[in-house]
Amino acid sequence: MERPAWAPRSIDISVPSVSRIYDYYLGGSHNFEVDREAARKAMEFMPGLPKIMQANRAFMRRAVRFAADEGIDQFLDVGSGIPTFGNVHEVAQSANSGARVVYVDHDPVAVAHSQAVLAGNDGAGVVAADLRKPREILASAEVERLIDLNRPVALLLVAILHFVEDADDPYEAVAELRDALAPGSLLVLTHASYEGIPLPAERAEGAVDVYKDIRNPLIMRSREEIARFFEGYDMVEPGLVPPPVWRPQEAPEDEDPYAFSGFAGVGRTA
Amino acid sequence: MRAEPDGQPDRLRRFATIWSRAVFPVTSTSLTRPEFEEQLLPLARRLSEALHARILDLDEGRAVGAALVAAHCTDPDALTRTLDCVDAYLVLYCGGDGDQEELRARSSRLQHAMAAGFAGALRQRTLAEQEAISAAALQAQGVVAQALHATEARFRAVFEGAAIGIGIADLEGNILQVNGALLRMFGITDTMAYGRRVQEWTHPEDAPQTWKLYEELVRGEREHYHVEKAFYRPDGTVLWTNLTVSLLRDADGNPQYQLALMEDTTERRLLNLRLRYEATHDALTGLPNRTFFFERLEKALGAGRGQRYGLCYLDLDGFKTVNDSLGHAAGDRLLVEVADRLQACATAPGEMVARLGGDEFVALTTGADTEREVDELAARIMNALIAPISIDGRELTVRGSIGIVEGPAGERSPAEVLRSADITMYRAKSAGGNRFELADEEADARAITRHGLTTALPAALDRGEFFIEYQPLVHLGDGSVRGAEALVRWLHPQHGILGPDRFIPLAEHTGLIVPLGRWVLEQSVRQAREWRERYDDAGPLRINVNLSPCQLTHPGLVQDTVDILERAGVEPDALCLEVTESALIGADDDLLKPLRRLAEMGVDIALDDFGTGYSNLANLRRLPVSILKLDRSFTQSMQQFPADPVDLKIVEGIVSLAHSLDLAVTVEGVETGAQAEQLRILGCDTAQGWYYARPGPPDRLHELALVDATG
Repeated sequence: MERPAWAPRSIDISVPSVSRIYDYYLGGSHNFEVDREAARKAMEFMPGLPKIMQANRAFMRRAVRFAADEGIDQFLDVGSGIPTFGNVHEVAQSANSGARVVYVDHDPVAVAHSQAVLAGNDGAGVVAADLRKPREILASAEVERLIDLNRPVALLLVAILHFVEDADDPYEAVAELRDALAPGSLLVLTHASYEGIPLPAERAEGAVDVYKDIRNPLIMRSREEIARFFEGYDMVEPGLVPPPVWRPQEAPEDEDPYAFSGFAGVGRTA
Repeated sequence: MRAEPDGQPDRLRRFATIWSRAVFPVTSTSLTRPEFEEQLLPLARRLSEALHARILDLDEGRAVGAALVAAHCTDPDALTRTLDCVDAYLVLYCGGDGDQEELRARSSRLQHAMAAGFAGALRQRTLAEQEAISAAALQAQGVVAQALHATEARFRAVFEGAAIGIGIADLEGNILQVNGALLRMFGITDTMAYGRRVQEWTHPEDAPQTWKLYEELVRGEREHYHVEKAFYRPDGTVLWTNLTVSLLRDADGNPQYQLALMEDTTERRLLNLRLRYEATHDALTGLPNRTFFFERLEKALGAGRGQRYGLCYLDLDGFKTVNDSLGHAAGDRLLVEVADRLQACATAPGEMVARLGGDEFVALTTGADTEREVDELAARIMNALIAPISIDGRELTVRGSIGIVEGPAGERSPAEVLRSADITMYRAKSAGGNRFELADEEADARAITRHGLTTALPAALDRGEFFIEYQPLVHLGDGSVRGAEALVRWLHPQHGILGPDRFIPLAEHTGLIVPLGRWVLEQSVRQAREWRERYDDAGPLRINVNLSPCQLTHPGLVQDTVDILERAGVEPDALCLEVTESALIGADDDLLKPLRRLAEMGVDIALDDFGTGYSNLANLRRLPVSILKLDRSFTQSMQQFPADPVDLKIVEGIVSLAHSLDLAVTVEGVETGAQAEQLRILGCDTAQGWYYARPGPPDRLHELALVDATG
């Protein structure tokens, strides 16, 4: 039977959550045994998973700094998960103390945790919403309060779109957000892909299956498919590349091979 | 990046670089390695200073270990690599010239302190983060719980506020929860509902499948079912419901509860039964009505081989008179009594009595032997009407005319049968009433014109098929036109122009005479006004209009007449109403009152056809008439020459009597000049007849009047 609209989703912490698994990869303890169990299982197939996450975080940090240098002081981070360290508001507000950040996640635990972390920070807020319903994000009170959609915004879709299945029309959602942004806005995006993983694809599939088992399927897309998310944006140099290659501060050769998995890029609306 | 000067600081920097290179791969920081190195540099300085301090402060080692955790070096490998690095390079790069053994011992003790500091900080951080995530989970659950609570409150409001009855029971049938609407429907309190079982709520009218469906549902073989079901209320009354029962399953799909939704249909059901009854029964007598009768007749006529039907079509004789003279309430009571008597005549299976409307009733008999039965039925009906009916202390004798149609099923349609019966009934009526006639085709055909005219009458008035001709009334003294008599005609689409004698009796019978008479009066009065306007010089022209007996008793007569005169702006003295002598025979004061009122207003009343009836001369005194119209039979004898002296004497006598009573005398049927002259000598006042003019259109009168005025 279809769940009536007014029945809230219940919270079952016996079910692994991708935000808490992510936290575990990053050495955090904001997780429960079910999350760690799933993470360990995925790492059996891809021991370098934490390195991929770290590379994503490092890219995001660089990209936020880039945006701040470009004069952008509004950030919309969709799929923010559980912020442990190196969060957007820390990076952005260290560059510009007046920067404003809105985090969006559909995991109620992640939202509750973010609220605790951000308590007392007037320039940052959290919205419980889903990327699949962009209108709800844009119409939320926090976006209304903190973000002026008539001025450029940096929209962060870091390590989230690979959790949106094609049936849920991720391209439409991204386009809808793009259409709401003022000219000069930036899209900061990373996405998982079989390309760049230093493993045979069959082995990587083992890790992908773990996510399927926890009912949060990981959708691996090709570079071409990922590039389509930037429709309507002009790519910022160096374009859509493995995360360590995007505007590195030191020679990327030193990076762990896993860090080159997937793609990262920044686009700017005309 | 701050540039360190050469020498000791430079060596410190090199130590930090080595340290950061060793640890960076196992950190989860999002900093770059050079950034990370900048974080380690102050830690390296603290270690270096601790190494050289006068007294070794192990807290410094603990602080550096804890700082590693703060820099997100939470992986145990980060500690191993740090300690390896410190062990190998701290003294080498930061030891300087001191006692090497002492320095190594200090480095070793610092490493122990760093390990303890790291472990302590990691423990603190792990506990804090576990606490934080649990708090977040709890917080989120609280939000969900609140939302659930709100949801449940909403659901409860829906459940309690629903207009339909809702009940939940387990699969054994134990009632767990019911809402207020259900309690109200059943007229019970909730304590009476709980602890009861669904299976107790049986009712004799339960459809056979009701409980089979129930069993299938609780066994999980059926998701829901819908039935109409009756329940007993504690007070013994019956509750009818539209019942929908659904199976509720748990998250794993196992049957768990049954949910009943019920809508109270008791009143709707009663209403339906009542509506059906009202639609098929006559409100006054309670007999089946025309609709119901047609259903039965149709069934009888559609019955199989060997089946026959017999139909008696009864119309009461003179019912109109009862209605008109005693009022409708009395008429209604009479009909009810007749209905009761008829009902008692048709009690055998296959027999029924219905009221078609007005004073028309039908009795139907069906079966194989209706040829004999229908005669008996008609005889029983005639017998039943013999005893007088007492209404308001009056004993009314009721008679009826019956048309009988009998025949085999499967040959004629209900409408054909009924028409034949109707015609046959009219035949019985025409033959004097109080009898029954059997339908035969020839008689049907003869009656059809009369019948056809009767049924066409109402539509004819609507379609404007009537028109009026005027016959001038001429003053015998000076030959001037004094007025005209209005004579109604019917331009029948098939039969051509029909005179009043063809249809006025039919209109009387059907009651159409009232609207028809009103129409004639309206037209005539309007004509009178026109004459007066256009032709004032010729003196006052008066219009004579015939009143039928039926109009005479109609309660609206006076008011209608006044209204018509006022609307036309015509004085009452321009109107003369003609009433037949027979209509006034035996008239009591009630009947004469409206005529008196009219006469008082100035309307002339003429006694028409005087001399054909009883001609009660003594009666003339009390009648409010001002004119006598001698029947044409008196004038006919004067067409010969010489006229019959007796007739002359009679007319002379009537005229002299009339004049002595202040009555004017009009003669009809004047066809020759000799007649006119004779009548003038006898003292008659006015005359009409072909000698002057035949009835014609209103314009003809103008011409006559003009000739008269100028001549």
